[in-house]
Amino acid sequence: MNPANRAKTLRIDRIACTGQGLCGELLPELIDLDEWGYPIVKDRSVPDHLRAHARRAAAACPLLALHLDADRT
Amino acid sequence: MTTTLALTGSPLWYASRAGGTLALVLLTATVVLGIASGGRVVPRRIGRFEIGLLHRNLSLLTLVFLGMHVVTAVLDPFVRLSWAVSVVPFGASYRPLWLGLGTAALDLLLAVLVTSALRHRLGVRSWKAVHWLAYAAWPLALFHSAGTGTDTRLPLQLWLYAACLATVIAAVWWRLAKAGPGHVAGRLTAAVAATAVPVVLTAFLAAGPLQPGWSQRAALTPVVLIGGGR
Ligand code: HEM
Ligand code: SF4
Repeated sequence: MNPANRAKTLRIDRIACTGQGLCGELLPELIDLDEWGYPIVKDRSVPDHLRAHARRAAAACPLLALHLDADRT
Repeated sequence: MTTTLALTGSPLWYASRAGGTLALVLLTATVVLGIASGGRVVPRRIGRFEIGLLHRNLSLLTLVFLGMHVVTAVLDPFVRLSWAVSVVPFGASYRPLWLGLGTAALDLLLAVLVTSALRHRLGVRSWKAVHWLAYAAWPLALFHSAGTGTDTRLPLQLWLYAACLATVIAAVWWRLAKAGPGHVAGRLTAAVAATAVPVVLTAFLAAGPLQPGWSQRAALTPVVLIGGGR
């Protein structure tokens, strides 16, 4: 299957992330922010209807620390 | 003399000046947003992502007006620039040094554009390294504008340049004031540059474009220019 159509999973690079918190602003459905602005992923798997939002959140991360991986299956 | 200067010339010339001026204003706004978003401060009334998005969209708009500025400048029959002038700095027959600064700024911005589009493939470090060049592009564009612009003698244009300068300098100092410890070399460089650019620009304007005979002196090569060129 085309990787673009596969289910997506959120992954945060904890070393790169500096807690800028943009991802949580753009994808509050899946990402909470702790009191310092660091993300807490509530649900790693991205439902279809949130895919565009997830892509936007990954593109907005200034540290490129938020990744959207295509599932292997 | 000052009142008649804008009354001759082709529509392309007007379009080029308007495009260049708008590009400078937009570039200023983009740079300020970039400075503001990099710091540790969290804005209260708008989201951080909104600053990021605005930064990105204004940068693209800058390039649109820049494209218009360059295309109309090259097409304009009066200065007879070649297309090469738009990407190869310092080769122009018209005000080579001052035009070349604009070309150099454009090249830097294009590098920033391309690396930004590919940032997920390049990784943060390489992308950021190139992105810093945008800070160099802004003063280059400002000196290009002051040195080559027909309108530099108009008070309104000068006020606009002063406003652009003041905004960026204020943003730099604000960011420095809010910065945490660390990055000492970076903060020092920023402070020195933020002090030097206004001083140098003022001295340059007073000695160059605002003196009579600038159009002759601006046509000279850099070497003659530094020697005073009379
Ligand atoms: C970051 C890039 C650039 C910015 C922000 C910029 C901005 C400006 C500004 C504000 C002016 C003054 C306009 C006026 O006096 O009303 C100007 C003049 C001019 N620019 Fe640029 N410019 C850039 C790049 C270039 C490039 C690459 C070229 C090469 C074709 C170019 C060609 C010219 C010319 C020929 C003038 C003189 C126009 C006049 O007589 O007023 N510029 N530019
Ligand atoms: S936007 Fe990026 S750097 Fe900021 S909290 Fe989210 S993952 Fe971390």
